[in-house]
Amino acid sequence: MNKSTIVVGGGIAGMTAAGELSRLGVEVTLVEQEQISGGHAACWDRLFPTRRPAEEVISFLREQTDSKVNTFSGRPVTEILHHESMFTATLSDGTILRGESLVLATGYDLFDASRKEEYGYGIYDNVITSAELEGWFKNHQPVRTKNGRIPSRVAFIHCVGSRDEKVGNLYCSKVCCITGVKQAIEVKEALPACDVYSFYMDLRMFDRNFEELYFEAQKNYGINFIRGRLSECSENEDHTLVVKTEDTLTGKPMKMIVDLVVLLVGFVPRSQNTQMLLKLKLITGNDGFLQPEDEHNGDNLTRIPGLFITGAVKGPVTIANAVADARATALQVYSFLHSNR
Amino acid sequence: MNIQGKRNIWKDYQKEIATDRYFYVRSCVRQNFFPGSEKAFLRILKEELSRDVYENASHTTCSGIGYHSDVVPFETAMTMVARQFALMTESGYENFTTSCITSFGLYSEILETWHHFPEVEERIREHLLRATGRTFKKPANLSHASDVIFKFRKEIAEKAKHRLINRKTGNPLKVVEHIGCHYSKMFPSKGVGGAEYPYVLVGMIEEWGGEVIDYPERRHCCGFGFRQYLVKANRGYSLACSKKKFESMAPYKPDFILTNCPGCPMFLDRWQYALSEMEGITYGENGFGIPVLTYEELAGLVLGYDPWDLGLQVHQVTVDPLLDKLGVDYDPSAKFTGKNGIDLGKPEPPTFLKFYQNE
Amino acid sequence: MKDFGYQAHRDNTIDFEKNDFRIARFLLEREPSLNLCIGCGSCTGTCSTGHFTEFNIRKIHTLIKRGDTEMARKQIRQCMFCGKCQLICPRGINLRNVILGINRALEKI
Ligand SMILES: Cc1cc2nc3c(=O)[nH]c(=O)nc-3n(C[C@H](O)[C@H](O)[C@H](O)COP(=O)(O)OP(=O)(O)OC[C@H]3O[C@@H](n4cnc5c(N)ncnc54)[C@H](O)[C@@H]3O)c2cc1C
Ligand code: SF4
Ligand code: SF4
Ligand code: SF4
Repeated sequence: MNKSTIVVGGGIAGMTAAGELSRLGVEVTLVEQEQISGGHAACWDRLFPTRRPAEEVISFLREQTDSKVNTFSGRPVTEILHHESMFTATLSDGTILRGESLVLATGYDLFDASRKEEYGYGIYDNVITSAELEGWFKNHQPVRTKNGRIPSRVAFIHCVGSRDEKVGNLYCSKVCCITGVKQAIEVKEALPACDVYSFYMDLRMFDRNFEELYFEAQKNYGINFIRGRLSECSENEDHTLVVKTEDTLTGKPMKMIVDLVVLLVGFVPRSQNTQMLLKLKLITGNDGFLQPEDEHNGDNLTRIPGLFITGAVKGPVTIANAVADARATALQVYSFLHSNR
Repeated sequence: MNIQGKRNIWKDYQKEIATDRYFYVRSCVRQNFFPGSEKAFLRILKEELSRDVYENASHTTCSGIGYHSDVVPFETAMTMVARQFALMTESGYENFTTSCITSFGLYSEILETWHHFPEVEERIREHLLRATGRTFKKPANLSHASDVIFKFRKEIAEKAKHRLINRKTGNPLKVVEHIGCHYSKMFPSKGVGGAEYPYVLVGMIEEWGGEVIDYPERRHCCGFGFRQYLVKANRGYSLACSKKKFESMAPYKPDFILTNCPGCPMFLDRWQYALSEMEGITYGENGFGIPVLTYEELAGLVLGYDPWDLGLQVHQVTVDPLLDKLGVDYDPSAKFTGKNGIDLGKPEPPTFLKFYQNE
Repeated sequence: MKDFGYQAHRDNTIDFEKNDFRIARFLLEREPSLNLCIGCGSCTGTCSTGHFTEFNIRKIHTLIKRGDTEMARKQIRQCMFCGKCQLICPRGINLRNVILGINRALEKI
């Protein structure tokens, strides 16, 4: 076997890395546990900030990988061993793959919103997550309450499972702010008569065209942004919800009845792989995501030569950044394979 | 609402509750507020469930009220509590059971403090030894008396004379449950069901046939809050808290409110009278209030105890309509007759709140 | 009604079900740029009036958007209409027109 690599995870990051490496002449094996590739992005409808269909990005990546890289799908990698400069990845059905290098692109999990007990997710009918709302959009499902009513007020709740010591996550998940702004606009487009509120602690519009989308949400869509984190949510007899916050800009407690609450859930490390990664003795940060060797000059390297990490396995990231990261990873892998090891 | 979501949370908050040999400590205020409750607890445990419950005559206040009113320093409160533990140890018990929620909270807080700061425990042991010559073991199990009733809710259901069913309609009674703040808000893992959706009273209501109401202001404090009530200038705050809750629960037409704290039933009961006199509002059916029960009173009713033995005649909001719904056989004329047969005299009727059943 | 020497406290909560949004609607229709506010406080920081009185222009227009007009009623007349707030606003909100609108609305509603 000559100049080979195994890419674990066929989300945005894994597909990008696999595609780039194959173009560079490396023999790539891509493993994605789901039947369809794309990872989380395959569940999203339109992407912030331009609202281009997620499908476009994924089809581009599929063209780069389909029929070009050897792909195993529908089975997860359950064990990775590193022995005498070779990597072996074992799939759940016993298939064993071997490669001179390995790229971990196993991504993230969504925060389990039911852990924020006071928000009533999984209890109150009309509390949903941003991922579910995205699914509604993708499936062309109308925005309705559980019993089919057209909502007249919708509340978006920022920082669910992020920036919260109570759930053990101090970090910011980065993409939920802009996701919330995008989805608020989309709800307003679908239901022009509906009042849309966003409850935030800070609006972190860090990337290009994000702040502009926020501005547009205010100017063209009349979205109401209220600075105050949701304290608790409870249900009325008619299944509407009472949200309680502080309006911190006026310094008063505030309550409002809404028909639908959308929780902007954050990123958490993917729990299914914890044991597998623990065995490799890879280093994680306090946030539980994988820590690269050098956050500036070795952003994709690990303590094991030939083992690379890319995308959301290192923490919250946008698709654009995951793509850039994966391309950089591909170059790192390539130069590793061509070095005098 | 999806009850399964709550059940998932309840699974995470199961606590160890001792099943026998309880060292029971009373509340300093409950015997005035709801005089039959603690007695009912003892009767249920001893007579119905044949459990060993011991009370020590030297038991005093835990000083929780003073602590929460900013007049007793924590150091003093800890030494008082150490003394209660010494009484338990001397009596040969290790399962500590409190009648009061604030006591329960304070005991939990102190045990937690000692757990994290063993040097504080050492210091308190020295204080106690110097002041009283006593030493102690920490309880093997700390539970609130409502935990104990919760633990035996099935046994009580088996012996039930009355279920929480409206006899006239056959429908389950609608019950608001209100949990004392100090039960689990400070230490969610110390309460059955946690802090956001406590299960301790819900479990009793479900087991005994009632239907629980989850209304928007369920988590709001009853308004007792010690300083907020003790200082007259703050009482309007206390009143407003209860009022917020009544307004939020009233549309659900609850048949009664169930509580597990000394303060909550006191305020949820008496403030209904105060609000009716001040603002002319009543929250129950046909000008009555919403009856407020302690969990011991409810368990007693379920077991068929005489309502006047349970002390229900001293409630401000009359419970008679609830007794009728439950089908309790009671003697209205005995309501204000003492245990010794002496006429206690009837209370003055309130202006707005209906009080006597046959008015 | 009996006097117990105390009364239930007034609820301090901004209650969207009880508050009156007529002025907010009037204002946002007349001057839609008000919805662009990001609560930065530059307007209040620079306002001469606010340095010597309770007057806080940011709070006044934020509260109006929450359906709470009490502060506006009490204080809006203190504004000198100097326009410094508008000059500084990073969102380009036409604050003089907002203030004018508040005055108009309070006369009408
Ligand atoms: C609600 C929401 C909306 C978002 N919207 C946008 C948006 O509009 N624009 C944008 O830029 N970003 C958006 N994001 C962020 C975007 O989802 C991520 O940037 C992107 O998914 C990261 O890709 P990834 O490949 O690193 O991880 P993932 O998408 O998690 O992919 C990892 C893949 O690895 C596979 N895998 C994991 N473990 C194994 C294993 N052991 N064996 C085999 N396969 C395995 C998984 O099945 C998965 O397919 C959004 C995020 C959220 C939460
Ligand atoms: S991106 Fe926004 S919503 Fe998400 S965690 Fe950060 S601040 Fe909160
Ligand atoms: S116009 Fe009024 S509010 Fe604005 S800075 Fe001048 S005085 Fe202050
Ligand atoms: S300066 Fe403009 S954006 Fe800033 S608080 Fe004032 S009105 Fe809002």
